Amino acid sequence: MELAHGSILYLDGVTVSFDGFRALNELSFIVEPGEMRAIIGPNGAGKTTMMDVITGKTTPDHGEIYFNGEIDLTKLDEAAIAQLGIGRKFQKPTVFESQSVFDNLELALKDDRRVLPVLFSSLSQKQNERIDELLDTIRLTAQRHELAANLSHGQKQWLEIGMLLAQEPKLLLVDEPAAGMTDAETAETAILLKEIAKTKAVVVVEHDMVFVRDLDVKVSVLHEGSILAEGNMDEVSNDERVIEVYLGR
Amino acid sequence: MRNSFLIKTLDKNSVLFLTILAIIAVLVPVANLVVPPESPFHLSTYWVVLLGKYLCYALLALAVDLVWGFAGILTLGHGAFFALGGYAMGMYLMRQIGARGVYGNPDLPDFMVFLNWSELPWFWRGFDMFPFAMLMVLFVPGLLAFAFGWFAFRSRVTGVYLSIITQALTYALMLAFFRNNMGFGGNNGLTDFKDILGFNLQSDATRSGLFVATVIALMLAFILSRAIIKSRFGKVLIGVRDAESRTRFLGYRVENYKLFVWTVSAMIAGVAGALYVPQVGIINPSEFAPANSIETVIWVAVGGRGTLIGPVIGAVLVNFAKTWFTGVLPEVWLFALGALFIFTTIFLPKGILGLLAKKNKKPKPAKPSDKPQPQPAE
Repeated sequence: MELAHGSILYLDGVTVSFDGFRALNELSFIVEPGEMRAIIGPNGAGKTTMMDVITGKTTPDHGEIYFNGEIDLTKLDEAAIAQLGIGRKFQKPTVFESQSVFDNLELALKDDRRVLPVLFSSLSQKQNERIDELLDTIRLTAQRHELAANLSHGQKQWLEIGMLLAQEPKLLLVDEPAAGMTDAETAETAILLKEIAKTKAVVVVEHDMVFVRDLDVKVSVLHEGSILAEGNMDEVSNDERVIEVYLGR
Repeated sequence: MRNSFLIKTLDKNSVLFLTILAIIAVLVPVANLVVPPESPFHLSTYWVVLLGKYLCYALLALAVDLVWGFAGILTLGHGAFFALGGYAMGMYLMRQIGARGVYGNPDLPDFMVFLNWSELPWFWRGFDMFPFAMLMVLFVPGLLAFAFGWFAFRSRVTGVYLSIITQALTYALMLAFFRNNMGFGGNNGLTDFKDILGFNLQSDATRSGLFVATVIALMLAFILSRAIIKSRFGKVLIGVRDAESRTRFLGYRVENYKLFVWTVSAMIAGVAGALYVPQVGIINPSEFAPANSIETVIWVAVGGRGTLIGPVIGAVLVNFAKTWFTGVLPEVWLFALGALFIFTTIFLPKGILGLLAKKNKKPKPAKPSDKPQPQPAE
């Protein structure tokens, strides 16, 4: 708990089992405010479960998870955790397909989330400007009235990132942002994430080694539900245990 | 401010729809009451009652569309809320009979005298007052929906499991209302109504009045539903329908959104039932039958799910077909209904309204500026 002080995200001894299978096994790591962290690991290493316990979708069997060094996330549900300022991007881009790009961003804007205020809310001038700004950031200004369903895969990924930004989170959890993107889009996404990381803590889960190298940040290697190695990309790629379980293929 | 709210709420099709309803509300009573019976433009009372009944079903279909079309909650039990609203109205109409019943008891409805009951059960109290009864028309279905939704949505029951428990809900209520000692007239239900607010229920003028009331209720419910779905709340609801977990991770308490729209929808269904009962003259437990609720879903699917206008059209057309078929070829009707549902699901996934929308769009040459601009990845 003392270690949690001053960190944005603190996990200690987090364990989750499904039918006896330990998806997370005494997982511990700390992310500092404003830090960008890449988490790599083979399939089944527990990356998605890790996202689930942080965002309140799954409750850990035991272990501690603190946000901002003081808020116990294991006691809260998804909505409460999202309102605290933790945004989550799914592996498969998940946007509201039957609604326009603009509406997608409107729904994501940081605002009162209770039923009645939402029923009677309308966009203020400031919020409209904020959406314009976001559209510019995610390069979708020309598509603002387009249905999200009509966007390309890469554009959907960006729209989802834009929705996360609209939430004004303090911490972003990003699951395989480069999956299914062209090389050019991948490079562009790395730049976008680095821009975001200037003001917010970002945890990126990624498979794509080139992309992780592009990010040039501290890397944690996840294996069988716990951290196998930590360091910069060169350090971990020279670690023998890492080579054995993951990079050696 | 009010103006911009209306523009936001009602698009061109909505205005057209409301205009048609308003015209019907005027024409039908005029054709029945003013036009002499010899004229070819005269509408018989039989048709006024029948159309009124269809529009009650349309109102129920609208309520179902609000939850199924926009929140993705496939309800197979909305008939329960419809019937409860109907019973609340039926109880008022029973109390209006007064001493004119077969047994001439001024305090007790006939079936209670028949069961040798000596006094009015506590839950019948107040139903002699019209405003109280109307409050119950909204309150009873609303309360049941709230309690049901509170548990179901909080425990995140979704999809087919939720549909099944809505079926169980209406089935359980049907069995309960069949029992004589429930105090709602058992399997005979409530009937032999005399008048409503002092107007004779058998008179043509009263029937036209009820018809107009039904059209007005439909218009108001439509405007209310449009206002809900066009607000940011409505966008959240569509988000829940299309990507529930995304909505949750954006910080919305999905269960509260579902609960709100579910309760509103149940109250609309209750109003539909309350308007239905004085027009058909009876309410009995068969209105709770699970098949009724399923049929309502078919009306919505046929008309066009998620369009609000479509379900109204679907309800009227399917019921018109039902009236015609059960008159001409009664044994064929259920097959026809089944075939219609299969046909709609396969060939018209967006229903009749989807077909109309497609026809309207085709001749319009797409403006190049409407097309998505190819965007360089750089």
